[in-house]
Amino acid sequence: MIIDSPPSQHPPARAHTAILRVDQLVKRYADNTAVDGVSFSVREGSCFGLLGPNGAGKTTTIEIMEGILAPTAGTVSYRGAPLGERFRDEAGILFQKTALQDFLNVRQTLEMFRGLYDHGLSVDEVIRLCALEKLLKRDNKKLSGGQLQRLLLGVALVNDPDILFLDEPTTGLDPQARRRFWELVESIKAQRKTIILTTHYMEEAQLLCDEIVIVDHGKIIAQGAPQALLRQHFKAVLIELPSEDWTPAARDLGLSFFEAAGRVELTTNDLEGTLRTLLQSGVPLAHLRIRPPNLEDLFLELTGTDLRS
Amino acid sequence: MSLLHTLRRSGKRLLAVWHARNLEFVRDRSSLIFTLGMPVAIVVAMALIFGGPPRPMFKVGVLGTMPTAASYPFLGERYFQFVPEPQEAAGIHSVARSDLDLLLDMRRRPVRFWALEDSPKGYMAEKLLLQADPQARHQPSTGAVSRYIDWLFPGVLGMNMMFTCLMGAGYVVVRYRKNGFLKRLSATPVSAFEFLSAQVLSRLGLALAITLILYSGIGTVIHFHNTGSNALLFLVAVLGCLSLIAFGLIVAARFASEEVVGGLLNLLTWPMMLLSGIWFSLEGSPRWMQWLAQLFPLTHILQAVRAITLDGAGLDAIGVDLAYLAGTTLVFLGIGAATFRWRAE
Repeated sequence: MIIDSPPSQHPPARAHTAILRVDQLVKRYADNTAVDGVSFSVREGSCFGLLGPNGAGKTTTIEIMEGILAPTAGTVSYRGAPLGERFRDEAGILFQKTALQDFLNVRQTLEMFRGLYDHGLSVDEVIRLCALEKLLKRDNKKLSGGQLQRLLLGVALVNDPDILFLDEPTTGLDPQARRRFWELVESIKAQRKTIILTTHYMEEAQLLCDEIVIVDHGKIIAQGAPQALLRQHFKAVLIELPSEDWTPAARDLGLSFFEAAGRVELTTNDLEGTLRTLLQSGVPLAHLRIRPPNLEDLFLELTGTDLRS
Repeated sequence: MSLLHTLRRSGKRLLAVWHARNLEFVRDRSSLIFTLGMPVAIVVAMALIFGGPPRPMFKVGVLGTMPTAASYPFLGERYFQFVPEPQEAAGIHSVARSDLDLLLDMRRRPVRFWALEDSPKGYMAEKLLLQADPQARHQPSTGAVSRYIDWLFPGVLGMNMMFTCLMGAGYVVVRYRKNGFLKRLSATPVSAFEFLSAQVLSRLGLALAITLILYSGIGTVIHFHNTGSNALLFLVAVLGCLSLIAFGLIVAARFASEEVVGGLLNLLTWPMMLLSGIWFSLEGSPRWMQWLAQLFPLTHILQAVRAITLDGAGLDAIGVDLAYLAGTTLVFLGIGAATFRWRAE
């Protein structure tokens, strides 16, 4: 039996002023409403997560926040003013999908982007920060997925941004590259930069974010600090069992369970009583695992388990 | 596995890819419209320019009152175009520049004529004239006489310049938009005007280098002689390239499909190929055609270059052409920046 410890609580950001404010944002297309009256604010120095299933409106929302896409209605303000020249000077953006010039190498690419800003980090600082030292002469088109993401993060950091947008930055990366990327983001967080992150990986959001917003069908369905949301939505613990241990007798016990990917999950407020019931029903408990609910559980609880297009 | 089976499987795969590509092409409406619209536009343009009776092979200027073919049988020759020429000096100049193949002076008898002996067309026109009127007197050309190749060479250079400028910059911008690089740039302080200007200047260097290599190389081979100023020639090349590149960027300002942009650029290059005076002079052509030609930057490039290289013209003589090229550069860049899209819709 393994009992996991609860995820660590993030220290609250020191600053409490809103660096970015989104007010009643709406984005309509001919055949759907991608964003439907979304409002929130992002505290300076915090890591803010925007989560949601595919097609929920995350990327549309973040692209409006980045000033890339015009909203149908609503406003986005940066430091109390509409997005403008100051925002472009002080924002760093890592898009979900970005191409660079194929025949430029890593250093040339960073130098080109650095040349677009009056102020920022030196190219050598960015190279060190993003661990690009060994790739400087490599052409962009020859970089692996993880290397390219590190370069794109470097591109987003050349102006030493006050606010950094990361739109699904680790999608498609292998576990090692993803963890390396998280370390980079943690080091940026340590400099009290504001980070706005969208991700499909709940582990990533739980690890990095101080505050999250979960959107679905263009609307906010939950908002708050991850641990506060978990406390708010779950009073219970989760029991996990391999499916083969979930005997026919156990299925008739009337316990509420969820089965997927060879595992059965039970949510209970009475851990002791549930374990006793399982033992009495002959359920083997050798591979049983008890853990507190995590953000993924919350996400599934709120958005459902149906496959999204 | 039999050969027939292998061929059948190969054919099936080929068919699947062929079908998918056709579907993609048909569903990309803008590509479809321009790809199919292009041949129609070419047909219309060719009909306007070359429609009607067969195009004359020789162009002859006539000084004095134009007599009827009955009184002067040479004027009844087929494939000749006879153009009234009010001034003798201007007519002789046109012959020297190969704008006219022959100049006839009908004001006195026997008839006098001027023809460029180096020009194959001038030679043939002279032979046919002397066959019809053995009394006609050949007059020696006065002033600088140029060969046909000297007239043609700037046209060939201009054509190359047009393709280098229009195609190069346009396709790069479309590729950047399609792969999302422009979207990334849009998140920086760089403006559309700055981005487009950088593209123009980058392409300018390449276009000038190519033109210089062609000018020096071909010029040496054909013994081309520039009677005017090389510095002025360079100035025309710079302004001409700027105008043509900016022209191409208007097309590339919005689209994310190479096929659409390719079609549109073809739509621009064909009229310039036919009307800007690359291959033949528009002297004697309908007035509307000459006006239309004056809209194209290439026409002004070739006018200025020929004025410099053939006539030794100075800044004052080509000032209008230079101003037009500079003005269109700014206008084209302004339109390009105003209509520019950073991202594919």
